[in-house]
Amino acid sequence: MLKFAAGLLGLAFCAGATFAQAGTLDTVKGRGQLICGANTALAGFGIPDSSGNWTGLDVDFCRAVAAAVLGDPTKVKFIPLNAKDRFTALQSGEVDVLSRNSTWTSSRDNQAMLFGPVNFYDGQGFMVRKKQNVSSAKELDGASICVQQGTTTELNLADYFRTNKMKYDSVAFQDEDTVLKAYESGRCDALTTDSSGLYAERLRLTAPDDHMVLPEIISKEPLSPAVRQGDDQWFNIVRWTHYAMLTGEELGVTSKNVDDMMKSENPDIRRLLGVEGDQGKGFGLGNDWAYNIIKKVGNYGEVFDRNVGEGSPLKVKRGINALWNKGGLQYAPPIR
Amino acid sequence: MSDLTIGSRTYLQREKNPALPPPRLTSGPLAWVRQNLFSSIGSSVLTFLFLALALWIIPSLIDFAFVKAVWSGDAATCRANLDGACWAFIRDKFDYLRYGSYPIDQRWRVDVTEVVGAVLIFWLLWNGAPRRNVAALLFFIVYPILAFVLLRGAPLIGLPVIDTSLWGGVLITLLMSVIGIVFSLPLGVLLALGRRSQMPIVKAACVTFIEFVRGVPFITVLFMANFMLPLFVPDYLTPDRLLRPMIGTALFSAAYMAEVVRAGLQAMPKGQYEGAMALGIGYWPMMRLVVLPQALTTVIPGIVSTFIGLFKDTTLVAIVGIADFLRTVETARLDPSWAGPTISPTGYLFAASFYWVFCFGMSRYSQRTERRLSKGRKH
Repeated sequence: MLKFAAGLLGLAFCAGATFAQAGTLDTVKGRGQLICGANTALAGFGIPDSSGNWTGLDVDFCRAVAAAVLGDPTKVKFIPLNAKDRFTALQSGEVDVLSRNSTWTSSRDNQAMLFGPVNFYDGQGFMVRKKQNVSSAKELDGASICVQQGTTTELNLADYFRTNKMKYDSVAFQDEDTVLKAYESGRCDALTTDSSGLYAERLRLTAPDDHMVLPEIISKEPLSPAVRQGDDQWFNIVRWTHYAMLTGEELGVTSKNVDDMMKSENPDIRRLLGVEGDQGKGFGLGNDWAYNIIKKVGNYGEVFDRNVGEGSPLKVKRGINALWNKGGLQYAPPIR
Repeated sequence: MSDLTIGSRTYLQREKNPALPPPRLTSGPLAWVRQNLFSSIGSSVLTFLFLALALWIIPSLIDFAFVKAVWSGDAATCRANLDGACWAFIRDKFDYLRYGSYPIDQRWRVDVTEVVGAVLIFWLLWNGAPRRNVAALLFFIVYPILAFVLLRGAPLIGLPVIDTSLWGGVLITLLMSVIGIVFSLPLGVLLALGRRSQMPIVKAACVTFIEFVRGVPFITVLFMANFMLPLFVPDYLTPDRLLRPMIGTALFSAAYMAEVVRAGLQAMPKGQYEGAMALGIGYWPMMRLVVLPQALTTVIPGIVSTFIGLFKDTTLVAIVGIADFLRTVETARLDPSWAGPTISPTGYLFAASFYWVFCFGMSRYSQRTERRLSKGRKH
């Protein structure tokens, strides 16, 4: 049975590799709809709200792609995918783009997938009580730390303390609810998980304002959209969708002022919005591709703010997700 | 015996017997308590233990669920009151839990489908109802078409198509269970008959199917249907993402149903078959008129527990990314705008009550049917 299953799985991957068809752009245009693999429910990244509308940084990225390709951000069908089936769904062609907080790693790039630009630099962080007067993870020597069992989080934690020659007591539990409860009841001094989740966990505490997230990020979890290998045109569209959103923020073009910006004399803005040049044609899109993204979805800063940043309950700090000229890592190649 | 001599009168008793104490009460609440709760020291101890347990759990549960609960308000109101359930959260999320992402202006279609379905089921299950065969015809033939047209949409009559990726909540849970229940019983009966058939190929096919399905966990079937199928079949042949687990559920429960029905068939005395055959009744009429009515009556408890199991198993479709009721509760409790310590307990309490009401209802109905059908066999 095991051999049979392994054989099937092998077959599955081969099939995935060979069937990765070219021409995703034409498929999407012909269908009139983008099919986007989303998370089943992750606060701030992909989660339906009370009226059933998808909200989040990742789903807004899909809307941006739809705006660029079809001119309409509502023409997206979201397929909720679990961690187990997300890559199969992409490889089998069930989704056109996977935008589901997936970490970009070399082995995943080797599995017939291409990861686009990082739309959220995530990584493991710590939450502590404010009254402990700790301002850096380096001060956690000797602390007891609540962590989820059997995850890479647990391994990263061990590595971090070993490299910094500090001691800690690990208080590990099977599921995140128990971890949070243990932290709340005072069984440990700090709680660690990926920082994207840390802010959501904080909100579920009795008094969120008594707790803070430390600035250190101790692991690299670059979250990025992914597409199938073998369709460079489509990969370019996905990549440049993110870059257009970044460029919009860098140049101060927002969904509110984009129409005024069309009259701008700044050549960068004129090229971005398609007033000058033929940027969109090169991608197989209209010249208003970036205008549509920014007008109908927003620039990166706006999307970040309303989904995970200060405009949302999560209140995640921009940190390393700030633009490159503001001390972060988000950097877009020039559009010209 | 020596004083029973004739002529002597010693056998006559002259005094009245002293009056016996009145018999202990055998009816009334007090007697019931004595007989059932305090009949011996052991049972008295158990009674007190359970009483203590109930006193320990129930008041705090009622306190949490009703007395101290927050009935309206927002996340801040709930955070201010951590001793009670946050029903305001359920109220806000109620529509999402019912319909998932189904477009708001089209939700009446779900309501209509559910109301029609409920009326038909009631008609079908209510013994005194007139023309139940019409109800059966409507429910099994007309209703599925109506439900399909209403839920999915038909542009021809002005109903826009609603993609199944938007369906969710109670709608999915009810849909999955009704489809599973409606398909698994007839399929199960056919499989059971096939397994007891004399024809070797039919028998082998049925045995293989039943044993294969029962030997594989349901989750595996779902995974295979969802991730493997699209890799092997061309795009246009790939069934809808919701249809795949539906087919899986129906086939899966059919295999279990087949074994339950087979138990009933085996419980039939051989005389029933022989009697029918002696009268010259053919195979299908014999099964339909003589064997199955008796066999199915015997196994009603088994059939209903399979149904209840199926109803609860529908929660497993969440792992293939379908937003059934439990999954929508999960999603709702993760919403950052409602985050708080009482949100998760409230959500799960609501989910538990939902499943309990349905399962308990099914179990009560089966008990009533059993009693009604067994009347004829009481001697």
